[in-house]
Amino acid sequence: MTTLKELSHREERFTGGHRLCAGCGAAIVARQVLLAADGPVVIGNATGCLEVATTLYPYSSWKVPWIHNAFENVAATISGVETAYRAFQEKGRLAEKWHFIAFGGDGGTYDIGLQALSGALERGHRMLYICYDNQAYMNTGIQRSGATPKGASTTTAPAGKVIPGKLQPRKDLTAIVAAHHIPYVAQAAPHNFMDLTRKVEKALAVDGPSFLNILAPCHRGWRYPPEDTLKVTRVAANTCFWPLYEIVNGEYKLNYKPRKKLPIEDWLTFQGRYAHLFEGDGEPELVAEIQADVDRAWEDLLIRCGELPPRECRDEKKK
Amino acid sequence: MAGPSVQSLKLPLTGNDAAAYAMKQVNPDVVAAYPITPQTELMQTFAEYVHDGEVDTELITAESEHSAMSACVGAAAAGARTMTATSANGFALMWEVLYIAASLRLPITMTVVNRALSGPINIHCDHSDSMGARDAGWIQLYAENPQEAYDLLLVALKAAENHDVLLPAMVMYDGFIISHTMEVVETLPDEAVREFVGPYKPAYAMLLDKKPFTVGPLDFHDYYFEHKRQEIEGMLHAPAALAASAAEFEGLTGRSYGPLETYRADDAEVIMVALGSTAGTARYAVDALREQGHAVGLMKLRTFRPFPAAEIAAALGGAKCVVVCDRVVSFGAFGSPTFAEVRSALYEVPERPLVINYIYGLGGRDTGPDLLEQAFEEGLRVASTGEIKEHVGYLGVR
Ligand SMILES: Cc1ncc(C[n+]2csc(CCOP(=O)(O)OP(=O)(O)O)c2C)c(N)n1
Ligand code: SF4
Ligand SMILES: [Mg+2]
Repeated sequence: MTTLKELSHREERFTGGHRLCAGCGAAIVARQVLLAADGPVVIGNATGCLEVATTLYPYSSWKVPWIHNAFENVAATISGVETAYRAFQEKGRLAEKWHFIAFGGDGGTYDIGLQALSGALERGHRMLYICYDNQAYMNTGIQRSGATPKGASTTTAPAGKVIPGKLQPRKDLTAIVAAHHIPYVAQAAPHNFMDLTRKVEKALAVDGPSFLNILAPCHRGWRYPPEDTLKVTRVAANTCFWPLYEIVNGEYKLNYKPRKKLPIEDWLTFQGRYAHLFEGDGEPELVAEIQADVDRAWEDLLIRCGELPPRECRDEKKK
Repeated sequence: MAGPSVQSLKLPLTGNDAAAYAMKQVNPDVVAAYPITPQTELMQTFAEYVHDGEVDTELITAESEHSAMSACVGAAAAGARTMTATSANGFALMWEVLYIAASLRLPITMTVVNRALSGPINIHCDHSDSMGARDAGWIQLYAENPQEAYDLLLVALKAAENHDVLLPAMVMYDGFIISHTMEVVETLPDEAVREFVGPYKPAYAMLLDKKPFTVGPLDFHDYYFEHKRQEIEGMLHAPAALAASAAEFEGLTGRSYGPLETYRADDAEVIMVALGSTAGTARYAVDALREQGHAVGLMKLRTFRPFPAAEIAAALGGAKCVVVCDRVVSFGAFGSPTFAEVRSALYEVPERPLVINYIYGLGGRDTGPDLLEQAFEEGLRVASTGEIKEHVGYLGVR
């Protein structure tokens, strides 16, 4: 794997000067991914914060070929580019190996773009799809998405007098993608940049579709100080709210296990979007539910990764 | 007219076969499509060409038409010659991306097998699908029969790729009526088609040219209008590009394709305007009425976008009444799209004909010569009395 020192010598192909907010997680993810993706690459970008804030005509932050088509179709668009590439290769018009990377926000991936993503994965295009997950439609002003976690307040699921924010759990997109049985699927976060770099390299090395779900905090939507973006993803990993793991040809592997699993309150109290859960009498039952959801998902993951025996086996022993 | 310079091969082909055969001879880099009646057989036929190794095309069997058109945009932006086909609801699902393809100036060519838009759901012919996208920035040509379905796809492709144009093009023909009707089609030899379309040369560096190139950036009030103005300019160049492409094609085949075609219209007092397969039925009606001594004629409109207003004014200017037949309804509008635009094109004609509109054949309702004769008779009455009873009428509806 490329070392930090080597990375520091690589050309920056996602440049500064864009209009993403200072401290935007998506910007860190884009830069990190492009540093890790060595060689010729075409980027596809779904409509969303990353797209609008980096290509305000006549400016562009991308020193690589880049295409934006619409909100819900980046997977289809990049599959068209990759197919053109294959056609050119067959005809001997292109010899070099290119990479194809699609960036979609959580809205563009979990929700409106899910069908296009599923189709492209099933067709088997050699592309890396990256969902930069900031857990809401940020570009249009922090509306709830299928990625918004239970309990969070958004502009379309606000913490109201009766309903305390979003009540539904978020979709497990990583598992949905894994169900397509593609060669490489992983969850990552930018605070662990060596893990992220390694995952991008692994994903680009496979001969087929690969997928990374990367937690990309938005301080505007999550309500924490902009300088704490990497702290907040670290807390996400340490509370096991956002585990770092990978699925290589169907085999689960845990990439990070906190020495001490922190209580979910550490994640919730870090962010203003959960403030209503702790104001006045608070919502202790909802907080307990969120903790139970996280515990269950974490245990499931440990079992899948072979870190814990399956529940039936443990129940057997108890008998 | 010069005779054909290339020996043609006569084949029995349906409209769908003919379009698929033209695509096979073009041998595009990428095709992306999704099944929908009555287009499906076209793509099935093309898929056979791909799987039998008769073309080098990479076929993307997309999971929807939205993705099919999106993939076409990606492929075309990468520098690939890209084609597709669809109908009705599938066409509607492409809508958002149709505009994007045009604004990105990607000369994708598409066959649209005309079918009524839902609802209610229906699989038969009318023009509500393609007519709805008349403002999307695509060249739009309506074919009358399988021969034109074959020919116009080639003519359109070459015009679309013209560097002065760089706009996508769609070629329409009537669902089932043409798509599933077998006729003898004169086809060119493969080499003649390949030579006619030539290798695809994009006008500027594309995504796979290694040059950092940002396609589809955010474009606000400070530039958007200029980019739209450039797109308009591309469309303004389309008539010349279509004419040049058609002239070269005529050299090969002897078949001539202008934006419109007239039939017994020179001395006609009443001229019907029709698109697609109905033009054939109208010719039959014209002959029958001429037998009876009525001065009637036909103008078949082939090119709907760019709309040939000047040619229409010249073709219809001498008539007393123009009867515009359209296989589409534009709810709440003053008449159908072709009516509104033909009537507008005639505004400055010195002796302006009266113009009436008939909406016909929605959802595949059969429209035979009797119905068209009925429309002609009303046109003759208007021509002789100078009085329009109703601007918009409906043919063959209970
Ligand atoms: C078809 C369509 N519907 C809605 C929109 C409006 N829209 C643009 S960006 C966006 C939200 C993007 O959210 P996400 O994908 O999570 O990216 P983020 O802005 O959070 O980075 C929406 C709803 C659109 N552009 N296209
Ligand atoms: S609103 Fe959020 S996602 Fe959008 S640029 Fe700002 S920090 Fe990034
Ligand atoms: Mg988002």
